[in-house]
Amino acid sequence: MKFWIGAAVFLVVAIGFALSPVNEYFFFAAYVILTAVVLATAWNILGGYAGYVNFGPPAFIGVGAYTAVVLFKAIGAPLVVQILAGAAMGALLGLGVGLLTLRLRGIFFAIATVAVVFIMETLAINWRYVGGATGLQLQRPEVMAPFTSYTRMLFAVMAIMAVVSVAVARYVQGSWIGRGLRALRDSEEAAEANGVPTLKLKLFACVVSGALLAAGGAPMPMYLSFIEPASTFNLAYTVSSLGGAIIGGMSHWGGPIIGALILSTLQQIITVTISGEVNVLIVGVLLVLFVVLAPEGVMGLFKRWLKPS
Amino acid sequence: MFSLDLLFEALIFGILLGGFYAAVSMGLSVSFGLLDVPNVAHPAVMVLGSYITYLVASLGLDPILSGIVLMPVFFFIGVLLYRFYYETFEKRGTEAGVRGLAFFFGVAFIIEIGLILVFGADQRSVSADYIGTSLELGDYRIPYRMLMAFTVAIVLSVALTVYLSKTFTGRAIKAVAQDEPALRLMGANPVRIKQWAFGIATAVSVVAGAMLIVVGPVDPSMDRVYIGRTFCVVVLAGLGSMTGTLVAGLILGVAESIVLMFLGASWAPAVAFGLLLLVLGIRPQGLFGR
Repeated sequence: MKFWIGAAVFLVVAIGFALSPVNEYFFFAAYVILTAVVLATAWNILGGYAGYVNFGPPAFIGVGAYTAVVLFKAIGAPLVVQILAGAAMGALLGLGVGLLTLRLRGIFFAIATVAVVFIMETLAINWRYVGGATGLQLQRPEVMAPFTSYTRMLFAVMAIMAVVSVAVARYVQGSWIGRGLRALRDSEEAAEANGVPTLKLKLFACVVSGALLAAGGAPMPMYLSFIEPASTFNLAYTVSSLGGAIIGGMSHWGGPIIGALILSTLQQIITVTISGEVNVLIVGVLLVLFVVLAPEGVMGLFKRWLKPS
Repeated sequence: MFSLDLLFEALIFGILLGGFYAAVSMGLSVSFGLLDVPNVAHPAVMVLGSYITYLVASLGLDPILSGIVLMPVFFFIGVLLYRFYYETFEKRGTEAGVRGLAFFFGVAFIIEIGLILVFGADQRSVSADYIGTSLELGDYRIPYRMLMAFTVAIVLSVALTVYLSKTFTGRAIKAVAQDEPALRLMGANPVRIKQWAFGIATAVSVVAGAMLIVVGPVDPSMDRVYIGRTFCVVVLAGLGSMTGTLVAGLILGVAESIVLMFLGASWAPAVAFGLLLLVLGIRPQGLFGR
């Protein structure tokens, strides 16, 4: 109950902000930060709960984004339809990746997901309809009634998506699905022997994680008014979604939120004050530091701090 | 516009390219194939090697020779990297999976961005007598730099194969790969052997890096495509098989060269990744799997 009150308050404040005359740049940055929360939360469902390291977020983000572009270009589909269709395609890709990699674990799974990114990118580069390697300029449609600019609307939409994905992650974590995923993370054989349907659970995690990652990427073309393969299928998204989850802590749905907020806020500040390269560097450095020094992430540090042993 | 001439040309180029791919995968074949270290940073270390080679070669030294001169430095880097990985992840045991992978991925990223910050994002290349000229055989023209890379590749793989099967340390490395607890019981220290082996793997990567910059211009984000190529070769070979690595490299080289010739350059990077997925899906133990 406390969660839902918190979520409702967050949404009211976010949409209130979007309707207030706050500087446009705030929404431009806040959209990116909220996207990071969605991506880290989505990644954690498969990576954190089930222990399958997905290096392929860019593939899912790209599938979401390109689905949105195709629908927009072909029939001028509204944003909601773009996002839902993107999520559906992401779920399909998740299912495909899950089925293809059923027998794979650890690094083999991780490398297979990198392969998916590059294959998707190559397909996009060779697809003329969506502009091939040079990309496609997009004309944003008129903004909808209560909002005064498209970026504000996208910010509000992303706020809703952040709440949805966190709610999904929280539900998965607390239900028998989450317990099953944790069991298969610790020992797949032992879990299977105890009657946990490991195969189905793994596929489920792939599908849900994939759908949310793709949904997080779907509004991106509208945000940028542009789409192009090299930046869409960029492995930097892998580092930021996996980094958010690991830095925050992977065992609780709160971890990826904290991690993504810290990381992307820091990145926004550095992009403005120093440079675009350094902001990616800092993610890598933080990721390595946390993995080495604080394996349980910020959540783990807090726990240690609350219970001094 | 299919023609036998074109196919033949693709085949020759593919074999040369394949030898090169085998050579750049040798280090990974040791570190990942034999030692089971999820070294996704291998291609990034190799590109780092290219850039250091570039620096040394700009003093007037031959690029391949520069790579060889740099081997001890990279050996030391490799030893340190493995030691660090062992102390922080392998020793702790079970939970190493996700975090070990994230660690190497992070390291790869830091190297890539570090190179962009120091050298900028544009391409770098080296010069030597065998770069830019080609051997003319009738109608065919074979670039000397490809021949050079191919020769070094063959020498490197023969040397590694002999080292692993004939010398004492080499056999010890293979023993670690086969049965670590048994080695421990016999009083040997597997960590020191693995450290040594990882050092060799890293030292080989700098020669691979030197070849990379001989074969063509290098840019900092090149490691991304080579994640696909090197892992494709090592997995297709069957983990840790050096002969297999050579064969798998040739298969990838020929496949890529045929796609390059008949479908175009924009499809070529996907060949390695596609082949990798195919192998992982159908036969994860590879061609010469242990």
